[in-house]
This record gives sequence, structure tokens and C-alpha cells, in this order.
Amino acid sequence: MAALWQRRERVLGVAGLCRTARGLSGKNEYDLLVIGGGSGGLACAKEAARFGRKVAVLDYVEPSPQGTKWGLGGTCVNVGCIPKKLMHQAALLRSALKDAQHYGWNIAQPVHHTWSVMAQAVQNYVKSLNWGHRVQLQDKKVKYFNMKGRFSDPYTVRGLTKAGKETIVTAENIVIATGGRPKYPTQVAGALEYGITSDDLFWLKESPGKTLVVGASYVSLECAGFLTGIGLDTTVMMRSIPLRGFDQQMASLVTEHMESYGTKFLKRCFPTKVEKLESNRLQVTWKNTDLGTEETDSFDTVMWAVGRAPDTETLNLKTVGVKTNSETGKIIVDASEATSVPHIYAVGDITEGRPELTPTAIAAGKLLAQRLFGQSSELMDYDNVPTTVFTPLEYGCVGLSEEAAVQCYGSDNIEVYHAYYKPLEFTVAERDATQCYMKMVCLRERDQRILGLHFIGPNAGEVIQGFALGIKCGATYPQLMKTIGIHPTCAEEITKLHITKRSGLDATVTGC
Amino acid sequence: TSCSLILLVFSVQAHKEGKPQKLLEMNGYTLVPHSYDYDLIVIGGGSGGLAAAKEAAKYEKKVLVLDFVPPTPLGNSWGLGGTCVNVGCIPKKLMHQAALLGQALQDSRKFGWQFTEEVKHNWMTMTESVQNYIGSLNWGYRVALREKKVTYENAYGEFVGPHTVKATNKRGVEKLYTAERFLIATGERPRYLGIPGDKEYCISSDDLFSLPYCPGKTLVVGASYVALECAGFLAGLGLDVTVMVRSILLRGFDQDIANKIGAYMEEHGINFIREFVPIKVEQVEEGTPGRLKVTAKSTKGTQIIEGEYNTVLLAIGRDACTRKIGLDKVGVKINEKTGKIPVNDEEQTNVPYIYAVGDILQDKLELTPVAIRAGRLLVQRLYAGATSKCDYVNVPTTVFTPLEYGACGYSEETAVEKFGEENVEVYHSHFWPLEWTVPSRDNNKCYAKIICNIQDNERVIGFHVLGPNAGEVTQGFAAAIKCGITKEQLDSTIGIHPVCAEVCIHTSREGGIVNSSGILAYAV
Repeated sequence: MAALWQRRERVLGVAGLCRTARGLSGKNEYDLLVIGGGSGGLACAKEAARFGRKVAVLDYVEPSPQGTKWGLGGTCVNVGCIPKKLMHQAALLRSALKDAQHYGWNIAQPVHHTWSVMAQAVQNYVKSLNWGHRVQLQDKKVKYFNMKGRFSDPYTVRGLTKAGKETIVTAENIVIATGGRPKYPTQVAGALEYGITSDDLFWLKESPGKTLVVGASYVSLECAGFLTGIGLDTTVMMRSIPLRGFDQQMASLVTEHMESYGTKFLKRCFPTKVEKLESNRLQVTWKNTDLGTEETDSFDTVMWAVGRAPDTETLNLKTVGVKTNSETGKIIVDASEATSVPHIYAVGDITEGRPELTPTAIAAGKLLAQRLFGQSSELMDYDNVPTTVFTPLEYGCVGLSEEAAVQCYGSDNIEVYHAYYKPLEFTVAERDATQCYMKMVCLRERDQRILGLHFIGPNAGEVIQGFALGIKCGATYPQLMKTIGIHPTCAEEITKLHITKRSGLDATVTGC
Repeated sequence: TSCSLILLVFSVQAHKEGKPQKLLEMNGYTLVPHSYDYDLIVIGGGSGGLAAAKEAAKYEKKVLVLDFVPPTPLGNSWGLGGTCVNVGCIPKKLMHQAALLGQALQDSRKFGWQFTEEVKHNWMTMTESVQNYIGSLNWGYRVALREKKVTYENAYGEFVGPHTVKATNKRGVEKLYTAERFLIATGERPRYLGIPGDKEYCISSDDLFSLPYCPGKTLVVGASYVALECAGFLAGLGLDVTVMVRSILLRGFDQDIANKIGAYMEEHGINFIREFVPIKVEQVEEGTPGRLKVTAKSTKGTQIIEGEYNTVLLAIGRDACTRKIGLDKVGVKINEKTGKIPVNDEEQTNVPYIYAVGDILQDKLELTPVAIRAGRLLVQRLYAGATSKCDYVNVPTTVFTPLEYGACGYSEETAVEKFGEENVEVYHSHFWPLEWTVPSRDNNKCYAKIICNIQDNERVIGFHVLGPNAGEVTQGFAAAIKCGITKEQLDSTIGIHPVCAEVCIHTSREGGIVNSSGILAYAV
């Protein structure tokens, strides 16, 4: 089918012809053109097609500096949520193998992990998703171009294939959804040459071996977590605080657990250079800001997880007048996802000030299509978006962090209920539950509306999702306390929270 | 308690002489002579009873807990804490976890882990670990009671007269205690079939979790959640398991879901014999386990079948422990048929000073957290001037079958029955957990269903999810249902990616299949 499309394109896609067509009729070829076939872009395109609109999607993956590339579906599917969670699952299974002995399974330790088996399985699954996305676009009659897009005027985008063939696409409405890519610390010598990023990690054919992960973002901690979990010698180097923007008490518990789990941490350190040794290993030199010393160690792999940035440069946004934040490079949008050019919109990680999450991009993309073509006026609500960090001990949250709540309302006006708990499954497995913790941040006055909920423990995402719904609907502490628990689960502890931080009482849950 | 102080001497005297206590007049007030031994006596040290006792102690009440476990027909008994801790939720979920870990072992190879080809399960290792943990909980409860200054006696309590119980310990020593109020929280015990050989040779869930040998080839009789959960984990541990079902699975639960659970169990190697009931159990050979011959009769005709098993587990229901605790002596009414105790919305029986919580209540839910909540709130009303009553509506629950099932609110049948088919909208979706894709197992077996009342702004009145960690998923949705969420609000909630729970907010009228990247594809 793809071949068929290509052939048709060759006919229709002659640049001059298209432009002439538009010039003559004054009409654009497509009702909607989406640049970027990731979560947000695809959702928007498919939703628009549902309204019988003529829709095209341009998607092109610029290979990473190490040469890694992938198929349709964007970050989440290819180099984000999906492979990340599957590798996290591989790591969780090692804990399961250990637990299994306590539960009566006669399994000889130590067990061994083969990276290539895991990676192959994960990559095959990702490829099946790439295929699924293509099939879906075809089923919904969305035109797909495997091309890199660049504006030539506000209604016209020039698509370029890998082979350098150009196609001009015109559309009434254009959505930019090209996402972000990992940043490299270009000031560090050897960073670009020898380092990899999350864009490469999931596609490695061989084990990364002893790995240094630089950064304290959730990407960094998640990757370091599963690498440790599958038995690799893993070190995280971070300059300042872990999980910036997340509740810092929770962030500390997450890293504290990782340390007990075996991940090494180089805190308040930053790299200065990476060199390749004759052994092919990478020698990293860094500065320890606590001691003021310079230190080195060698690794098989150095992975940068120092943040992500959008690639708005190549889109040629200036020419059409789409405004970006000069510092972040992100596109400035209003509540309706419109850019400074009214018929050009942007959704997902490329937009300024939005959460960088797949489900928000999908929801925003869908709602946008509904407003454009479905006579809807519903705007995307970016408040109380739940999320989960898939560190070895998972962290799920929704709403405000304790710090943010204090900042918004003042510490006298908030009440924090909290508890340390032990998942039932940990008991027989003799697992340490020191960091299994939850807290609910509420207003102190009147109805004690819930401002934020934070949970560290197994299946944190599964636990948080439903509560996020309640909190979105304005749930109050008394309402939650009226909910009866499901026994025995971890989530039930949330319905039993009763110790306030203010009381100073011991918050350890005991017994049923 | 100021009155009781004044009357202390007087009434101790009366008690010693065994005289019935009369109302006394003092300073113009009618006073109850509550120079009782205790403010509250709780009969039954399970979830509900203990929660109430500890709560009462918080308000400095003098509390006595009587707990005694009559041994099973096979002689099995256990410590303080009741069904949940000893022979219910706790060991059940731990053994379910053992079975899940068996699945994890298989999955792990696909995720790159290598270890010896054959991994066998050792029943005794598991059971000892589980029993050790339970032992620690029993001990924990005793310590907690002591710390909270609740008196505990390991003695069987039964009413012998107004405000008076007799406590008999295992050596047969009897004592009398009086109290101003009583709380009955004796719970239930497994029912037997009443056929030849049942009590001699069969076990119940009261025996299974501490069975000192691997049960081997097992027949599970019944289709209650207890039956299916036990059958599920036994099969997960690698045993040959058959379930004998009289009629439907999981009565009272959503039947569409119940059948999906049954189908999944069958696909995973559990045999089902439907519409048969055992009529006789005989021992073929003694042993641990021995061999038993089970004769069963069709519920539809005259067909008789026979089968041989190492173990027969009865899980055909549970009976309230209310017939041997002297309720007739004090006039507490029970439902003669079920043995259950009717109470008002404040857990009060027809005898005003006697209350009841937990599994023995008529028309209430048999769940640990409900008993705990009811017990606590009751005590807060009695002693702390609180007014909150236990809300038995929209209580979530989970069935820990191999494919877990979490539910809150109405089943589809009950919703249709109550609101009419035209007023009920059902949104649903099959899904495939991301973690199951790599081992490529059980595609499209997981399922979510949201039931809404069209007449009430599409308010969510039922939530059902079938999949891993169903309990963890359901809890938050139960909280949201408590807040009165509508389908529209559900739709506007953002998912957490990639987790199973996000599917629950993406159900549709048409159903369909969602895989873990959110692709709605491959129509059913």
C-alpha cells in the first residue's frame, strides 16, 4: 500500500503543479496538515478524519547523532513510554524472580539477563505499533508522508524525503506536533561523539554495560533504574536536585530507594569531558562541587538525560510568523492551542508551558480537531494531570506538590495527610518498604479540598488514575474518607490517611 | 462514667448475688446501674470487632474482646484477627501472589532472564512463609490490644442473660462478664454440604492456607469468589484443578464479567464441571494428600459421575456464627433461614444495647474494610458524639482470580433492573496490558466496563475492570464514584500512560480493543 501511495505522490507531488493548483482555485489541498506523527499529531489527524476532513500527516525522524532512527508514532511509542515501561518491567521481573523463592518457587540464583533478548522483544513490539499506526491512518484515510516538513508560507509546507525528493503540501489548518529530542551538553568535550541518549538506549542491540547516566530528570532516573534492575553497574550523575518540578520529599524517597536498590549516585557533580580509551571504554571526568575536586572513572556507556528540547529551527517558523520562546525554542500557544498565526496550531511537547506527556498531547490534539471540525468549543484542561515516574519503586502523582501548595496557599492553610505503608506482597518476600509512602495535600479550611496526591509504591500509575478523576471533580478529604478500601491493596491506604504532618505523630501504618 | 462510679459498690454487690439489675432512681434521674464489668464487650476478634474495640479504648472505655476459634472438622484452628487475617484476604492474596509470580517466571524469560529450565513450586515453603506472616499479625493484634488497654480473652463468648456473657476458655473454665453494651462480630465459617464424607474428608478455606502438605489434584466445589480464587491460585502453582459448579459463577457479581473470568480460567487449564453437585465423598487411600473418590449428580437429570482427587475443597458458601452464642437468651432476632442479624442503619439489633457488625449482618456486604469502617463509626457514635453512619453504598471490591476483577457500584443486570434498559448506557473496552505484549499472552482478555445512568446526567453507577492489579485500579475510581462523577467528567480526565487504568477512562459505546499504546484497533 505504501508503494501505491508513493506512486500517486509522484504524480500529484510535483511542486509546481500543486502550487499552481492552489493558485488557480485559491483552495488548499488539505483541510488539515499535521507536522509530526507522534501521539498528539496522530490523535489530532485521526480525529479530524472522523469528521470526514481531508487530512495529511508529515512525519520524519531525524537520526540521532549515533544514527538511531525509528518508525511512525513519535517519542512515546519508539523511544519513550512504551520501551521504557517494558524495560522497567524487565527489571521488575528480576525482583519477582527473587520474591518467587520466598513464595515457594525453587529457582536457582543467580539468574542472568541477556540484553539482546529483551531489546529484540521490545523492538519487535514497537515495530508492530509503528505498523499499527500506519494501518490506522490508512483505514481512516489520512494521507501519510514520511517527510520532514518546513514552512514555505503560512499555508504551504515543503516536505523532503530522505532521498531528497520534495513535495509541496497546502492546507487550510496546520498543526505543529514535532515534539522534542534529547539535549546534548555540547560544552562537554566528547559528549556528542561518545554519548548516547534515550533516543539510542532502547534500540541498542548489545548491553550498554557499565553505564553513567547524566541528569536528574525522570528520564534519567527511570533509565538508571531499569539498567540497575537488569543487573548493570549503573551510576547517576546529577548536578542539583532530582525530579525538578516534582514534590521534593517524594523525589528524595525515589532516589533513596534507588540507592538501596543498587544505583550509584554522584551528587552535585557535573561532567567536564568524555574520552575514549584504547580499551574502547569511555573515560569521564567530572567536577565534584562539594569537594571542589576533579574525579574520573571509566564506563562502557555514557547516556545524557539532561533535558529535552524542541526542534523548531528547521520548521522555518520565523518566515510564517509563528512565535516561539527564544529561551526554550518552544511554540507559544493560547488556550485553544493556536499559535501567533491563527490557522497554525501546536500541540504536545513542542508547546510552551504544557506538560510533556503523551496523554495530554493526545487529548489536546483530539479536542483541537473537534473544535476545528466538530463544532465543539471545549478547551483542553491542563490542570490536575496525573503522571507516574517508573523508577524501580514507582511514583505517581496528581495535582500540586507540597511545595507548590505551600506557595499558593501558605503552610497555615494546607493540611498534609501522610502514611508509610508496607505492601502485603513485600512481607513474605522480605522486601524493604522504607520508602513506600503516600501523602495527600488538602486545603485546611472548610471542605478540605484535595490539592495534590502523591504515592510511592508498586503500580503507582494504576493507583493514582482513579483518584485523579476524583480530584479533577473537586474531591474533598471527607469524601475520600467515606470511600471504603479494597482489601488488601496498597491503594486502600489512601482511603485511610488520617495522620497529619502537623500532628508530628508516627505515620507508619500497622496491621489491617 | 461518672454515674457508674457512684453506683460501683452497689452494683458489684448486686452482681455478686446474681440479682437482676433494676433501674434505680437517684436525684430525680433514672439511672441504669452500669457498674458493669465493662463499658463494651466485643464478641469476636476479627476485623470489625477489633477495630471497634480499639476505637472504644481511644475514648477511655473499658473494653473486653472475647475471641475463640472452634477448630474445623479436621482440627485446624488459629489466632486472633478473624477470617481476613487468618483464613481469608491475607493468606489468599499471598498465595495468589505466589501464583502470579509463577506467571512472572514464565514472562521473565521473554524479557531476557535466564535460569534453570524447570522451576518447581514447593507448597511447604510458601505455606510456612505465609503462616509466619500471619503469626506476626496475630501477635501484632495482641500487642495492639494490650497497648490500647483493651482486655482480651481467648474464650468463647455467649449471652447467658441481660448484659451478661459467659466466656469459656479452651480448658473449659467459665467466667461471667457484664457490660453496658455489646458488639457481636463473630463472622462466618464455611458451610459443609451435608453429604456422606464431607466433614471427614473435605477441607474448606479454613484449612487450605495452613495445609501441611501440597493438596495435589484438587476438586473445588462451589462458584463463589472463594472457590474461584482458591482454584485460580492452586492452578497457578501448577496443580491439576477442577471446579464443580452447581449453577452460575460469582452470584451477585456482574455476570458478563463472571463468565469472562470463567473463560479465562478454563483457557488457563482449570477444568469446570458445570451443573453437578457432589453427593458422596469416599476415601480411597489415606495420606498427605490421600486419594478421595467424589460422586456427583447432575442438577438437570439423573446422570452420576465419579472422579478421583487428592483434595476436595468446599467453597459453597459461609454461615453466620450466630446460633450458638445465646442470642435467644437476650432476645436478639436473627433471620432464621440465614442466621444473619438484622440491624438498623446504626448497626443496632432489636435489643438496644446489643450491636452487630461484619459478615453476620443481614443484607450487608461481607468485606473486611466494611466491617472495620462500620465498627469504628459505631463506636464514634456511641462514645464520641459523632453522627456519621456507615455508608454501604458504592463499596468497591476485588476478586483475586488469576485475572483480577475490580468492581464498584451496580452490575449491568442490576442497573438495567433498577433503571430500565433504555436508561442505562454501557461503555466498554477490551485491552491488552503493555506488560503482556512482550510475552505475547492473553491478548484482549482484559476488559473495562463503565455503566452510566442516562437519566442522571450519565452519572457513573457501575465500574468493572478485569485485569492485572484490578484492586489498585478500582480504588481510586471508587473514590471518584463517591464524588458523583459523570461520563463527561470521566472523558475529560487525562490518562496515565502506559497503565491499565487509563483504559478505564477511554471506554466507548462500541467497545473495541485498546492496546497499550492507545491504538484502538482490530475490531472484535
